[in-house]
Amino acid sequence: MTSSLQQGQRPAAAAPATKLECRSVWKLFGAGAEGYPVDGPNAADSGRLARAGLVGAVRDVNLGVREGEIFVIMGLSGSGKSTLVRCLSRLVEPTHGEILFNGENLLAASPKRMIEIRRHHMGMVFQHFALLPHLTVLGNVAFPLEVQGVGRTEREARARQMISLVGLEGREGFFPRELSGGQQQRVGIARSLAVEPELWFLDEPFSALDPLIRREMQDEFIRLQSVLRKTIVFITHDFDEAIRLADRIAIMKDGAVVQVGTPEDLVLRPANDYVAEFTRGVARAKVIRAGSLMEAGSAPAGAPTVDEGAPIADAASFFAGGLQEIGVRARDGRVFGRLTRDAVVTVMMQG
Amino acid sequence: MSEAASIPRAPAPLAAAGAGGRENRRRWHIIWGAGVLAFVLLWQFGESYAGWAFDIPRGWRIPMQRWISDAMRWLVEEASFGLFTFTDLTRFLAAMVEAPYRLVLGLLSTGILDGRGSAAVQLLPPLSWLAVTGVAMLMGHYAGGRRLALLVGGCFAFLAVFGQWASAMVTLASILIAVPVGVVGGLLLGLAAFRWRMFDRALRPVLDLMQTVPVFAYLVPILFLFGFGPTSAVVATIIYALPPMTRISLLALRAVPEEAHELGRMTGCSRRQMTWRILVPSARPGLMVGVNQVIMLSLNMVIIASMIGAGGLGFDVLAALRRLDIGAGIEAGLAIVALAIALDRLSQAFADRRPEHGAEDAQRKGLLARHPYTVAGCLLVLVTALAGLVAAPVQAYPKALQLSTGSVGSDIVGWINVNFFDQIEAVKNALLLNVLVPAKRFLAGLPWLGVSGLLGLLGWRLGGWRLALLVTVLASLIAFTGQWEKAMVTVYLCGISVVIACMIGIPVGILASTRERVWKGVELVIDTLQTLPSFVYLMPAVMLFRVGDFTAMIAVVAYAVAPAIRYTAHGLRQVNPQLLEAGIVSGATPWQLMTKIRLRLALPEILLGINQTIMLALSMLVITALVGTRDLGQEVYIALTKADTGRGLVAGLAVAFIAIIADRLIAAAAERSRQRLGLDDTAGGRS
Repeated sequence: MTSSLQQGQRPAAAAPATKLECRSVWKLFGAGAEGYPVDGPNAADSGRLARAGLVGAVRDVNLGVREGEIFVIMGLSGSGKSTLVRCLSRLVEPTHGEILFNGENLLAASPKRMIEIRRHHMGMVFQHFALLPHLTVLGNVAFPLEVQGVGRTEREARARQMISLVGLEGREGFFPRELSGGQQQRVGIARSLAVEPELWFLDEPFSALDPLIRREMQDEFIRLQSVLRKTIVFITHDFDEAIRLADRIAIMKDGAVVQVGTPEDLVLRPANDYVAEFTRGVARAKVIRAGSLMEAGSAPAGAPTVDEGAPIADAASFFAGGLQEIGVRARDGRVFGRLTRDAVVTVMMQG
Repeated sequence: MSEAASIPRAPAPLAAAGAGGRENRRRWHIIWGAGVLAFVLLWQFGESYAGWAFDIPRGWRIPMQRWISDAMRWLVEEASFGLFTFTDLTRFLAAMVEAPYRLVLGLLSTGILDGRGSAAVQLLPPLSWLAVTGVAMLMGHYAGGRRLALLVGGCFAFLAVFGQWASAMVTLASILIAVPVGVVGGLLLGLAAFRWRMFDRALRPVLDLMQTVPVFAYLVPILFLFGFGPTSAVVATIIYALPPMTRISLLALRAVPEEAHELGRMTGCSRRQMTWRILVPSARPGLMVGVNQVIMLSLNMVIIASMIGAGGLGFDVLAALRRLDIGAGIEAGLAIVALAIALDRLSQAFADRRPEHGAEDAQRKGLLARHPYTVAGCLLVLVTALAGLVAAPVQAYPKALQLSTGSVGSDIVGWINVNFFDQIEAVKNALLLNVLVPAKRFLAGLPWLGVSGLLGLLGWRLGGWRLALLVTVLASLIAFTGQWEKAMVTVYLCGISVVIACMIGIPVGILASTRERVWKGVELVIDTLQTLPSFVYLMPAVMLFRVGDFTAMIAVVAYAVAPAIRYTAHGLRQVNPQLLEAGIVSGATPWQLMTKIRLRLALPEILLGINQTIMLALSMLVITALVGTRDLGQEVYIALTKADTGRGLVAGLAVAFIAIIADRLIAAAAERSRQRLGLDDTAGGRS
């Protein structure tokens, strides 16, 4: 029971295939970056790098992104997260390392092969939307298909599907500057999905939006992912956003990855003070999920049930009415555990 | 990328500002003192000991003129690329320009002809004046609504009513050929410079030189290579309009956000798709500004190029100037103004146009609904052509209804000259005797060695040894090619004009900067002033003051005052409002706000305005050679009439060198003061 729970809730245990893997990836800026001995002792030490006249935008990063998960790379500005995601998509050429996409090293791929991969297997959403001002919403969403040479009728049909997927029906003929920021980013999302990518990069997609709109877009994103089940690399500088969206989070500082883990891991077991500093303000109840707190078994008949992925804070409202126990649903809808009032109250009291 | 860029570098050593700065300043005081002393000694007592410092001996001169003339002759007579000679190449280019030019000219002015010269038979009449006006109005309506349509229609109707139609259409034909070539050529050069850094580096000095060499100087070699006639005028216009378009294209392409590039790469664009689907469309607003520039510059040049046979309105002005026929000159001048305004507003409206989704909704509803303007334009042309066959007034504006201001203009000028002659003469003579002539004498008496040295010192102070070297070498080159004396006359006229333009422009700019309503009016005036081709300024000046230095000065001031106003007002208006608020809460009076905050912070911008004023003054000064100055402009003009390439280019290059010296020194000064302000910014509250 426990193992099936673990698998359903955390891809960690019996992990699905790794979609994208980066092995000791470096990106150094400065003269002589190529010659820097990255496998030497203390190579990643920032003092050593500074003495060599280099800036280590990405330092010795090892990551694996699993199929179907939302992998969030979180860091403050200047931490190298944007450079890292550009290394992953090879928009920026890493100085050293390997990037394996479905087992194929992207850094060894020819320019032609890269065009091929980007055209059919990758999508990207940009912080400032990067919409082409001279094209309508329809034209923008169809753009990646147009570049591939897909015929007009087909690409417009596909683009219309994507536009309705992000809820912009009726705006097909609008130009980007006639839309609000949130709507523009919906166009950006629709465009990146038009080629049906396996791997979806989102580079701080909601950072340029107002807080209310940002929240709305996060909900929209969660809804989309529940339908699409893409493999996602999501960049953000907002820890709350990371916790809301992520299956797993990598925290970056000064170009290096400090810790990789589920939101719960980070909150309950921060690797160092830096991570702890981030997680200190986070309410435990918002991070710990019903699935990890429940006792396996069946719930009393007639008791309300919550999703195993729901945070405790959401489940708590059921106890307000005086209930002692509620049920926990697995992903397939089956009730497979129960949450007790005491356990919930304890977590809530921890703040 | 942005992440990496924002990683702070090691902080720059700021500590040098304290005691070291004072030490440094004292050193500079000593250097300046010594430099100026040496200069004065050389100037006062040097003539007898070192005459060569004042006047380069003939034997020392670089025979640049002969070299250039010989090179040109070799090009025309002997140069060959194996399969074809250089002359074949120029003939080919001329033919490439000529064919479309003939076609457009035929459409607008002469009608489609069969055969040449007097044996020509008109196959088709030209477009009716109503058709051309109507099409222009339709374009105006499309781009800017009813008001623009009326304005454009008014301008074209003016051309017809005042009998300037034929000439205006000749001018328009040249522009219609020159502009597309200039725009496409400039864009391609800009794209090449954008892609290849080496190309950019090689292109930059060439563009600098092309933009500072006076337009007349272009005309001489072109006259030599392409002969006298409208074709060479169009070629000259294209060459003249290329550099700004190239620069603007490059700027616009550079301004395309990094994310757009990334989008292109992430969607798997090929190089070609990247250029034409992403970069160029994203850069469109910037490029359209360039198109507007090209149109206005082409108009300016087509007018000037009347000297090598462009015909049209420019020729009318030129002929009127030569005959001193004031009435005809005014009319042609006003026609140029009307054409300039129509073209400027039209192209600006096209540049500002943003697509609306309404246009998209109308799709697929038949030809008329999809392209209403095109259909209407075609219909208009067809109907007027047919009607023109039966009704002559439709084809050509009836002579009987033409108006002429000719006599009115002459009368007004006559009246002014009769009644105010003494006053005008008095002002003119007072200025001439007390300012212009002494300044001219003073400058002409300075030793070139001393001036070059002082300029070098200034360059060193403002921008380091590179600038010092550049400035000194350019100044010496002017002397060694035997142009020093004439160059000094140019400097004197330009200098006085710039001083007067600034004395007018900066106060006006200051006044306009704080009063929104005044600024609106001033902006309209200077916008209009800047769209007018330089030629136009000569007419009124000549009418009132006849020929001579004073007239030239008036025309130059009128032409060059606009940037002084614009940059001053702009610089003052963009001062950070928080700093002003800081001043206000500190209890500063408006006067203190202006002198202690606004003007200080706007200084770099004002310096750039002065720089622009100098550039415009120099370009106008060359044209004033037509009203009898005795400077480098006159030299170029004489070379033009004699088709002496060497003489024209050397004098033209001398003007370019003066421009480059002034430009680099002022740019360095502006940069220095901006850096200083940038450092002061954090401590800005102190004052």
